[in-house]
Amino acid sequence: MKKTVITVIGKDRCGYIASASAICAQSNVNIVDITQSVLEDMFVMVMLADISGLNCTFGEFSDKMRAFGEKEGLDVRVMHEDIFNAMHRI
Amino acid sequence: MINLNDIMETVTMISHENLDIRTITMGISLLDCADSDIDKSCEKIYKKITEKAGKLVSVGEEIEREYGIPIINKRISVTPIAMLVAVSGGDPVKYAKTLQRAAESTGVNFIGGFSALVHKGFSAGDKALIEAIPEALSATENVCASVNIGSTKSGINMDAVRLLGEVVRRAAEITEDRDCIGPAKLVVFCNAPEDNPFMAGAFHGVGEPDCVINVGVSGPGVVASALKKCDGDLGEVAEVIKRTAFKITRMGQLVGTEASRRLGVPFGIVDLSLAPTPAVGDSVAHILEEMGLDVCGTHGTTAALALLNDAVKKGGVMASSSVGGLSGAFIPVSEDAGMIAAARSGDLKIEKLEAMTAVCSVGLDMIVIPGDTPAEVISAIIADEAAIGMVNSKTTAVRVIPAIGKSEGEELSFGGLLGEGPVMPVNLKSSPKRFIERGGRIPAPLQSLKN
Repeated sequence: MKKTVITVIGKDRCGYIASASAICAQSNVNIVDITQSVLEDMFVMVMLADISGLNCTFGEFSDKMRAFGEKEGLDVRVMHEDIFNAMHRI
Repeated sequence: MINLNDIMETVTMISHENLDIRTITMGISLLDCADSDIDKSCEKIYKKITEKAGKLVSVGEEIEREYGIPIINKRISVTPIAMLVAVSGGDPVKYAKTLQRAAESTGVNFIGGFSALVHKGFSAGDKALIEAIPEALSATENVCASVNIGSTKSGINMDAVRLLGEVVRRAAEITEDRDCIGPAKLVVFCNAPEDNPFMAGAFHGVGEPDCVINVGVSGPGVVASALKKCDGDLGEVAEVIKRTAFKITRMGQLVGTEASRRLGVPFGIVDLSLAPTPAVGDSVAHILEEMGLDVCGTHGTTAALALLNDAVKKGGVMASSSVGGLSGAFIPVSEDAGMIAAARSGDLKIEKLEAMTAVCSVGLDMIVIPGDTPAEVISAIIADEAAIGMVNSKTTAVRVIPAIGKSEGEELSFGGLLGEGPVMPVNLKSSPKRFIERGGRIPAPLQSLKN
């Protein structure tokens, strides 16, 4: 299973999870795990998603996510899980 | 699932602390391009570079998007061109223009290797190449030159040192209308590493494989931020730096192996250097200040830098399968916001920088000196720096920029990663002319006899 980590950070407002999940569904990306918290008024969401069934290129998916972030004024990042394993595991 | 804190830490490093891969550099051997006809030689070079590195930029961008890590530069280093000049003869500037053409077609931002290795003496092609450096740097934009004039094993070639003082000045003179950019692309080395991915000093050594991928990591901002949270003694400071360097290097290792896999080229080394940029929050000087110095350049700076440099290596070495290049902290004045400020305020002087180079990687780097500095003084600066490298078995280098027509209080601005800097005072009251004019070779020190 090829996995990616999607982080969404920004001012809290309703509907962010729905919008991000909709983009995942459109691209046939399966959300494996999701966690979110609101610190003061900052919204932090982290999704672990399975991208093995992706129906577009990874670049296109990550561009869609980024475009969503730019539109909503959020910091949205799509990063391969290997980066976290490399940096934080020996 | 991966720990949430770990995810947030990485995201913060990238979004707020300027963590990035500074460069993916492809080293390409040009030995099989040598031809007795210079035009044929140039054509072969162009063909080989564009074939090998054709996909370098696109693969770099692909990795950038997939992993979410900024990869700032994609670059190429090649076999020292003096070796090709030795075979073909002719005007070395032709080679520089060929490299420029190859840089433009591949889309890389620098190509290094307009170089000569003359630490023990000149062989065919070397002198012609060195003398052509000013013209080559003026006629091209993305080509970098370097010359190795000394080593622990062979001593210092003082004839080359004398020649390079003149070359540095000339390179500045003919690019006066472009803020003297010429010498900003020329590094004079002692003990030059053959697998360095950083510019302007990168070249592809003769002992290297045909083609190889080397990676240079960065992250002064990440180290400074980690230190902000540390109130402990210097032992703890070293621990924090080690842990941070480990994480940064792991990222470099991952990107390097991935790039090498996708390009089908063997992976060479990760260069564990802390390379600053003029951006705020990406400064090595600010790390030293975070350790407790008022300003970089005050007494204690050398000790703080020694601690930093050592901790970076200790942290990084376990994170990578193969470490090489320069591996240490860089202190290029015009490329570091904290150093620029310290030089402007007069807290950071060239003498202090020289002392600092004894304990960190590289040397007197990106320092703007007065326009009336004579060639023999530049040669003497190179000789001093080379002596530090030779005796301490380490790499040292000089990249000074004479600001033609300008003096103390004025500034040069190169733009981009090369930054900007004030003219720093140089001791011009007395002259080293007679010493430099003697020429010859400073013999190798006792340290060279290790066998």
